[in-house]
Amino acid sequence: MAFAPYKTLLEVLREDLNLCGTKHGCELGECGACAVLLDGQPVLSCLVLGVDCDGRRVTTVEGLVTDGRLHPLQETFADLGAAQCGYCTPGFLVTAKALLDEHASPTRDQIREALSGCLCRCTGYQQIFEAVEAAIANPQSVRNPQSVRNPQSVRNPQSIRNPQSAIRNAREAL
Amino acid sequence: MKIIGVPRRRVDGRAKVTGQTKFADDLMLPRMVHCKLLRSTLPHARIVGIDVSRALAHPGVYLALTGRDFPIPYGILPVSQDEHALAVDRVRFVGDPVAAVIARDELTAFEALDLIDVEYEPLRTFSSPDDSLAYDEPRIHDYGDAGNIHKIVSLKFGDVDQALAVSDHVFDDIFFYQGNTHLPIEQHAAVAAKDPDGKLVLWSSTQTPHYVHRALAKALAMPAAHIRVIATPNGGGFGGKSDPFNHEVVVSRAALLLDRPVKICLTREEVFYCHRGRHPVLMRFRTGVKRDGTITGMHVQTVLDGGAYGSYGVASTFYTGALQTVTYHIPTYHFQGCRVFTNKPPCGPKRGHGTPQSRFGQEIQLDKIAERLSLDPATLRLRIVEQPDTLTANYLRVGTIGLAECIRRVTAAADWASTFRKLPYGHGVGIACSSYLSGAGLPIYYNDMPHSGVQLKLDRSGGVTAFCGATEIGQGSDDVLVGCVAEVLGIDPIDIRAVTGDTDLTPVDLGSYSSRVTLMMGNAAIQAAERARDLLADAVSKKLSVPKDRLVFADRRVFDTENPSTGVTFAEAVCLAETMFGTLGTAGSYTPPRSAAKFKGGGVGPSPTYSYSAAIVEVEVDASTGWIHVPRVWIAHDIGRSLNPTLVRGQVEGSVYMALGEALMEEQVFRRLPPKLSHALVHKFPSMLEYKSPTTLDMPEVMTELVENPDPRGPFGAKEVGQGPLLPVMPAVANAVYDAIGVRIDEVPITPEKIVKALAAKAAGKAPRYGPAKFPDIAWPEALEVPPPWEGGDGRAVNSARGSSKSEVRSQGVAS
Repeated sequence: MAFAPYKTLLEVLREDLNLCGTKHGCELGECGACAVLLDGQPVLSCLVLGVDCDGRRVTTVEGLVTDGRLHPLQETFADLGAAQCGYCTPGFLVTAKALLDEHASPTRDQIREALSGCLCRCTGYQQIFEAVEAAIANPQSVRNPQSVRNPQSVRNPQSIRNPQSAIRNAREAL
Repeated sequence: MKIIGVPRRRVDGRAKVTGQTKFADDLMLPRMVHCKLLRSTLPHARIVGIDVSRALAHPGVYLALTGRDFPIPYGILPVSQDEHALAVDRVRFVGDPVAAVIARDELTAFEALDLIDVEYEPLRTFSSPDDSLAYDEPRIHDYGDAGNIHKIVSLKFGDVDQALAVSDHVFDDIFFYQGNTHLPIEQHAAVAAKDPDGKLVLWSSTQTPHYVHRALAKALAMPAAHIRVIATPNGGGFGGKSDPFNHEVVVSRAALLLDRPVKICLTREEVFYCHRGRHPVLMRFRTGVKRDGTITGMHVQTVLDGGAYGSYGVASTFYTGALQTVTYHIPTYHFQGCRVFTNKPPCGPKRGHGTPQSRFGQEIQLDKIAERLSLDPATLRLRIVEQPDTLTANYLRVGTIGLAECIRRVTAAADWASTFRKLPYGHGVGIACSSYLSGAGLPIYYNDMPHSGVQLKLDRSGGVTAFCGATEIGQGSDDVLVGCVAEVLGIDPIDIRAVTGDTDLTPVDLGSYSSRVTLMMGNAAIQAAERARDLLADAVSKKLSVPKDRLVFADRRVFDTENPSTGVTFAEAVCLAETMFGTLGTAGSYTPPRSAAKFKGGGVGPSPTYSYSAAIVEVEVDASTGWIHVPRVWIAHDIGRSLNPTLVRGQVEGSVYMALGEALMEEQVFRRLPPKLSHALVHKFPSMLEYKSPTTLDMPEVMTELVENPDPRGPFGAKEVGQGPLLPVMPAVANAVYDAIGVRIDEVPITPEKIVKALAAKAAGKAPRYGPAKFPDIAWPEALEVPPPWEGGDGRAVNSARGSSKSEVRSQGVAS
């Protein structure tokens, strides 16, 4: 593909490829909303030049869906309230994916550390941590269509009222 | 209940996690061009001349606009129509837009901004309320109550001075709440286009499409019927996208002139200039109490640094004094508030709108009162909690109150009895409470029409479309709409399509502010759905020969409750009804109950019902560095009923998060450039890196308790949750710091530097405190005297106070 050489990867993705799933919050490398994976590593696409990505593998939120099926992180983020306005969500999702690709079962502290470059103003982060942990606990949790009709089946509702037990369950399941 | 009260994925969850939610800047239209704004470099100046000819000559530039293109002012409140899309003859803060360039791409537009020549004649800079109170001239605006005072009010409910005179103790404290901003991760963006029949369409990240619609009609002098405003899902709002904005007006005019779509997306720096955030407030609380802690009277004074424009400021002023009485019983009450103009980005509504500042003062003072009276602060609060079904001293009608239960729940969860004043030095806990509106009782412009409308279209396929003007800003309003309809009709949320925030397609809802959507839209949705259910029941009853009152709507079926196998599918029911009645559609609407307050200014504060919260914050403070760590927060929220507990928990935790940011680090502050430069008053750090907000590493564990006592005025008993849980956290942090190290920090943000200074003061034998020392002398107007209900008052003033204002205030029932 061809694009102006001064363009950032963020601009190439959004403007030249129409992949608008990747967001921007500052375009100065401060907020993490534009995170994508470059050869599997999270980078801020507003700080990477498009031309530097020649021959490299870029994964955006659009690339998390496989054969029409959502990534387990996408399922748990949607189910557990980890996306409110959804604007920072793509950045969190790809950053969390990089973490899980590297560590099969990160601790809460490792999750905090890995996501610390992404700002979210809506959630207070707790439901994001829980969604990452739920995806670890059940990596096969790609949801079956049944659960659309029966939302309770996704998760014991009690556990949502009681986050501590949910986290305990998730940890015990490891 | 199948849907209500059950934790479930929000209806727009899939779109959000796949990056497919279309935010305003994600819209790409054919032939679209791009707009950039030139902003003032001086805080206060007369514009002597603007020359855009060099910019217009720049290749790729299509249009340049200046204030001359926007002669008609607008503003969110009818009493503060003080904004122009581009400055006409005066700039009032660094960042005030003076010209616009529309070009083939953003870069070209940016380049052309440098080619615009503006000649300014500087005027005196007003950098603080002290400046604005000291100098009447030059006036920042040629309206307002006096000089550079935008609004000054005095409301008196009973004889507070007499009550204080006979109290066992009178506490007199001064507090300061620093300003801060919303910082939504999405920068404001808008796209305007002329549609094929010549009308205007504006897509915008706005919380209030209805008010933008009205403002555009006025500012562009166009019939409102020829304007369509579509609120795109907001990437966070928090009150910061509630005003009609200059950039929305500019791209609208540009699109009409060019007959091409015009987009603008603000830079992060520009978002700091849009602001409309938390007012810095200096406040004084004089409170009389008896020995047992019951309050005899309270006198509250506030000074708000309003920034350069009116925005919601008249309402913000009243809100600093409105809700004190809703939380605790206060038999006599006097409120004096003053908002001044300064040369800074305008302040407005941020989550909690005007109430977090005075809540901070009130709850710290209560902590001081408890200590002086040797009472446990939780016990003291339980003793003075306002009674349910009460008319307060200032004529707010309070219904259900779950505050006592909230206090009991957090104190039990946090093991308060064995921690408060019992933890080692440097480790402490603090408690505070609050209350908030579930929707402003009055609209922004006076009218008797509904505040929210919902229309339903029922399809013979079994699908339902729900139309409502409410705006999805991340809080889950689409989910509330769909959840309420699904519950009544017995279908699955996935069967319902929500069409929201589109002034052409959806009935008016006033917008996503003042925590009004769940209650108002929810009630309208239930009414519309019940009317649809009634039509279907008529048809099914006839078909099955089963009495209507025996029919149940559940599991996508309509069936006989006494013989569940006798029934039809929901889709069949729709076909039967369509056959019987013709094309099916219903509408529901919601209008809040009339306010009991009949006095001028009584329009701010009334709400159909109020939510309550109590929070306990645990802190660890390093006395040598002042460093504060918050390991845990317990919060209980009286929500009436939780419609979708997953989303409710998110609102509570998000409120705690935002509150901790305000308590510990966030501040929108300004500095003067060196005299050898322009000496201009500029934002200290208009960037996300330097404007500190909590990260994943800063966020404590939050333990949320929901108190569910359904409120008869709420949809399925629900009250608000988006704003209330923020309020108790800041004072609880301050009270916890005192418990930890024995010094009072009477202002936010509570920073290590202030803690070290307070400890140094204590060590030097001075007052163990950091905070403002004095409250300015203000020439308050004669108070409007309104006898409280228990003194035979009827909600009317018994005098006609002079100078309260020339402006009409009945219609400012608004919050963020």
